[in-house]
Amino acid sequence: MRLEVDITGKTFRSAAGGTHEVLAPVKFALQSGEVGVLIGPSGCGKSTMLRIILGLDHDFAGHIARPPEARIGMVFQEPRLLPWRSVEQNVRLAAPDVADAKLAELFRILELEAHRDHYPGELSLGLARRVALARAFAVEPDILVLDEPLASLDDALAGRLRDEIATLVASRPVMTLLVTHSLDDAVRLGDRLFFLSPRPARIVAEMPIGIPRATRGEAEIAAIKASLAQRTQGDRTERDAS
Amino acid sequence: MLRLLSFVLFLAIWWIAALLVGGAKLPSPPAVLQVMIAEASSGALFLHLGATLARVALAFTLAMSLGSAIGYLMGRVKLADRLGDPWLILLLNLPALVVIVLAYIWAGLTEAAAIAAIAINKLPTAIVTLREGTRALDRSLDEMASVFAMPRWRAFRHVVLPQLAPYIAASARSGLSLVWKIVLVAELLGRPNGVGFEIGVAFQLFDTPRLLAYSLTFAAVVLVIETLLVQPFEARANRWRPRAA
Repeated sequence: MRLEVDITGKTFRSAAGGTHEVLAPVKFALQSGEVGVLIGPSGCGKSTMLRIILGLDHDFAGHIARPPEARIGMVFQEPRLLPWRSVEQNVRLAAPDVADAKLAELFRILELEAHRDHYPGELSLGLARRVALARAFAVEPDILVLDEPLASLDDALAGRLRDEIATLVASRPVMTLLVTHSLDDAVRLGDRLFFLSPRPARIVAEMPIGIPRATRGEAEIAAIKASLAQRTQGDRTERDAS
Repeated sequence: MLRLLSFVLFLAIWWIAALLVGGAKLPSPPAVLQVMIAEASSGALFLHLGATLARVALAFTLAMSLGSAIGYLMGRVKLADRLGDPWLILLLNLPALVVIVLAYIWAGLTEAAAIAAIAINKLPTAIVTLREGTRALDRSLDEMASVFAMPRWRAFRHVVLPQLAPYIAASARSGLSLVWKIVLVAELLGRPNGVGFEIGVAFQLFDTPRLLAYSLTFAAVVLVIETLLVQPFEARANRWRPRAA
């Protein structure tokens, strides 16, 4: 299974009548089992790109090749839970075929067991994010899309959730697309990093990470970050020189 | 408890006023109660109440289901909204009496004409309310349902309908009170039974106790339906909202 993204452009017509270019040509592909990370400044068009990839926005130039039968699991930037359904119902509505045992395991990993019958309005943001994660994983997705799943969480919780995401991604073959502006998350979770420019977004650099996720220790992560910093620094001097 | 107190207060004011004005214009509560009992034991009260309630139920169901469907369509589809809007404005501003009289002229003094006329009066407000509700639907939840490939019916039932429920409840509440009022006019003008018909007869005979007996029984029935049906539905629709402290 393979996801191919070839967007040649996307413009947005504002209410005032002007046209704004949101996306410059963007092209990349993702294999099953890979975690691709889109990193870019906020407002650069990442969410627009995701909406196009997910088939929510058809008004763009280019082509997306997505296996038609692929199941999608998505964690939106805001949890997007149904406030009028309980935590368990929220998950089951998205994943009606999920086995009880599987659901119990997900709830255990994400520490949601005590909240099954709560309504989303009764949850903290961190808990709601975890429910959104549980929902995305419960559908046993072929494509997993995570849009800033750890934003605005405190460091300790973000770290724990990141480990949980890594565990869940490792537990089944799935192609994952992670959008983040945190280099740390990108380096810890990603297999291939795509660095995006400010709006209109284009890929300025693509960087594979050779070390498998499971064997990436703190030392390796620091080394990757250092080499990244060097590269981006290099890019900048190059750009400044030209 | 407080409700009971307010009811007792109402009775007290009525009784005092009756004593001041005199029984011919405003009969005292026991006099009205006597008529009520007499009408109830002859069965006439239930017959007329039943006829009115049946008309209300039919017209209300018709208007609510049709109005909700049209309102939802107009909220979702721009073309339907553009096409339907002038009709809607016309219907909204058409006096109830005009609709009823025209219905009786065109369709004869029939049950169908009465029910259609009542339903047409309620229809536009149901459409407007549901259209507003549909416009206020959370697009981000629609997207969620679409990404997770929820089948249409499941998405409608679990994503859309709960968002519309408060609007449906509001429309039912205001619609019911509108229908209560209009049904009596329709009955007065062209039906041989029902509370409206009886009130018409009482008016012609200047029979105030009878008039009050029917109106108050009718009001009591409305109150009971409001508290037993409409309010619980509203509470259920809003159950998931965190309660205000």
